[in-house]
Amino acid sequence: MSNIKFINLVNAALKKAMQLDKSVLCYGLGMNDPTRIFGASEGLVEEFGEERVFDMPTSENAMTGVGIGLAINGFRPVFSHARLDFILLAMDQIINNAAKWNTMFAGAMSVPITIRLLVGRGWGQGPTHCQSLQANFAHIPGLKVVMPSFPEDVYGLLLSSIFDNNPVIFIEHRWLHNIVCDTNPYDFVPLGKARTVVNGSDITVVSMSYMTIEALHAIKFLQERGVNCDLIDLRTVKPIDWETIYKSINRTGKLLVLDTGFEFCSIASEIISKVSMDCFNNLNIAPRRLAMPDVSVPTSYILANSLYTYSENIASEICKMLKVDIDTQPLKNKRDNFPRDTPGDWFEGPF
Amino acid sequence: MENTGKVKYKNLFYKMLRIRMVEEEIAQRYSQKKMRCPTHLSIGQEAVAVAVGENLFATDFAVSSHRAHAHYLAKGGNLSALIAEIYGKATGCAGGYGGSMHLSDLTVGFVASTAIVANTVPLGVGLSFSQVLKKQNAITCIFIGDAAIEEGVFYESLNFAVLKKLPVLFICENNLYSVNTPLHLRQPIERPIFKLAHGIGAKAEQFDGNDIVSMFDTVSKVIKDLRNQGGPWFLEFHTYRYKVHCGPEDDLNYNARPKEEIDYWLARDPVSLLQSKLLELSFLSLKEIDSYKQKIQEEINKAFDFAENSLFPSINDKYKFQYIDNNLEWLHSVLNPQKEVYTIE
Repeated sequence: MSNIKFINLVNAALKKAMQLDKSVLCYGLGMNDPTRIFGASEGLVEEFGEERVFDMPTSENAMTGVGIGLAINGFRPVFSHARLDFILLAMDQIINNAAKWNTMFAGAMSVPITIRLLVGRGWGQGPTHCQSLQANFAHIPGLKVVMPSFPEDVYGLLLSSIFDNNPVIFIEHRWLHNIVCDTNPYDFVPLGKARTVVNGSDITVVSMSYMTIEALHAIKFLQERGVNCDLIDLRTVKPIDWETIYKSINRTGKLLVLDTGFEFCSIASEIISKVSMDCFNNLNIAPRRLAMPDVSVPTSYILANSLYTYSENIASEICKMLKVDIDTQPLKNKRDNFPRDTPGDWFEGPF
Repeated sequence: MENTGKVKYKNLFYKMLRIRMVEEEIAQRYSQKKMRCPTHLSIGQEAVAVAVGENLFATDFAVSSHRAHAHYLAKGGNLSALIAEIYGKATGCAGGYGGSMHLSDLTVGFVASTAIVANTVPLGVGLSFSQVLKKQNAITCIFIGDAAIEEGVFYESLNFAVLKKLPVLFICENNLYSVNTPLHLRQPIERPIFKLAHGIGAKAEQFDGNDIVSMFDTVSKVIKDLRNQGGPWFLEFHTYRYKVHCGPEDDLNYNARPKEEIDYWLARDPVSLLQSKLLELSFLSLKEIDSYKQKIQEEINKAFDFAENSLFPSINDKYKFQYIDNNLEWLHSVLNPQKEVYTIE
């Protein structure tokens, strides 16, 4: 089991969904090409045929509408995009149709479409190949937004998304794809439930997607030095699991939120605002967030790298909040063993 | 027109007259301020909806735009539910959640109309694709106006429909205006819309959208061809709207449009054209027309009474459709983590 990666489990979930239900369809640009969208659609067309697994014209907007039409008449389409940024061409179909359909027609028709979006990072992805826009989707009533972080969760989360009767935006960070699985990854994972990754009583760290991986490095590092953090991985960004977040905060009194998206009007902002309103009396210091700054990400890695949050930034932020003095240089040094515009030696572009 | 056409054209006349009278009643009562939603009337464009609707079965799908009352009714949509929807009542065809611009009657295959120009176009293509995948022997109609041609999604959708040879019928009612902006400020007038669709690979034709006698049989043939040979087909109908873009007011006295244009189209009113023809051929008498009107008016009055007497949706239901609940216990029970084996080649 140890060599199974996150992307293999995306593939396994798609396969499982298609085996379980003939109404599940998979499509996207490059769906059946030799690279199979980084391996996500490996073996699908061979097993399920070209009627259920198909490539498409480069028409994100129309093909989203086509998916909605298919969903209305009984299918469960899974629409995959190699980069999230391209789905911006389809916001009319997502916001004005998919998200509204259930309310607009008083529950007469459901739109069980799942839209897989991949967020890029590093290797000079540049301003329009790296956006993590979960907040934009979460802002719209009617959509669910799912962001897996661990290979142990992605299989279950993708299956629950596909079989959910609401439109689901399923956001995968490209830097997660090669993460190897530690435990059995084939369990059921419901939407709307966060995972407590690490238990600790000093501070609550709420995170999502790739930031959870960085957080884990930081938290393990701090743990060895006597600082114990509660790490909550959201898994579903919307609807959000407030209960798990509140319980932790009411115990720790401190909150740091990590976000892969831009900080202004982010999921992190929403969490901090809700927590400030609902748990104010239990907070003993001001909540903080670490997210992408409010600026477009330039291409040159020299410029881009410094905009991202790394484990040493998280560790430093936690130390600052807890007023403890721990030298985070070892974390920094460890990260500098491989280039900062790659997640490890497996990813050397181009995308 | 042969004698055999008598029943057929009387039926078409009745249906056009019905749509006309429904919309005139809406216009007349709109100032009572009980119909509190943007309402786009298609008075003047009834022949297109009826010519197409008459060739459809309940198993065929249709989608439309903001100006959809005629399409909904011509497809067989429930009249009382339409009026109740405009009144915002729980008995409306969308439970009061949709209003005039969001109509649906699934029992007759009128899937949906929506308010954003061209945004049901890909959805209709998707419905058509679903019919093919399910091997349902049926077609999908997409009602659009001339402005939809100016939206990018139209080209994307038509391209996909051509690529997959989908049994989808595009019905373009070219009424020359997008809100108040005339066609010549939006598209090169020397380039007909139907030719553009033809250039993309659709089978395409244009018709006088006001003279149903001149086009009905050809439209029937096109729809037969669509069922037997596949599509897509694109039909452009030249027609004209009398009312303002949105609302009950007459748009012909605002000096917003050229007088010659108005005179030309008023002389070619679709209901009057057919009526004169039927009278001329003695297919229909003035007395019969009166009895039609009386019958239709009774139906309309009933529909408005129904709407007026219906309850509003409960305000407690405002969150009712936020999400659809679905229990995934079944998924939980079929997943067996111990048994799964993933092999990597």
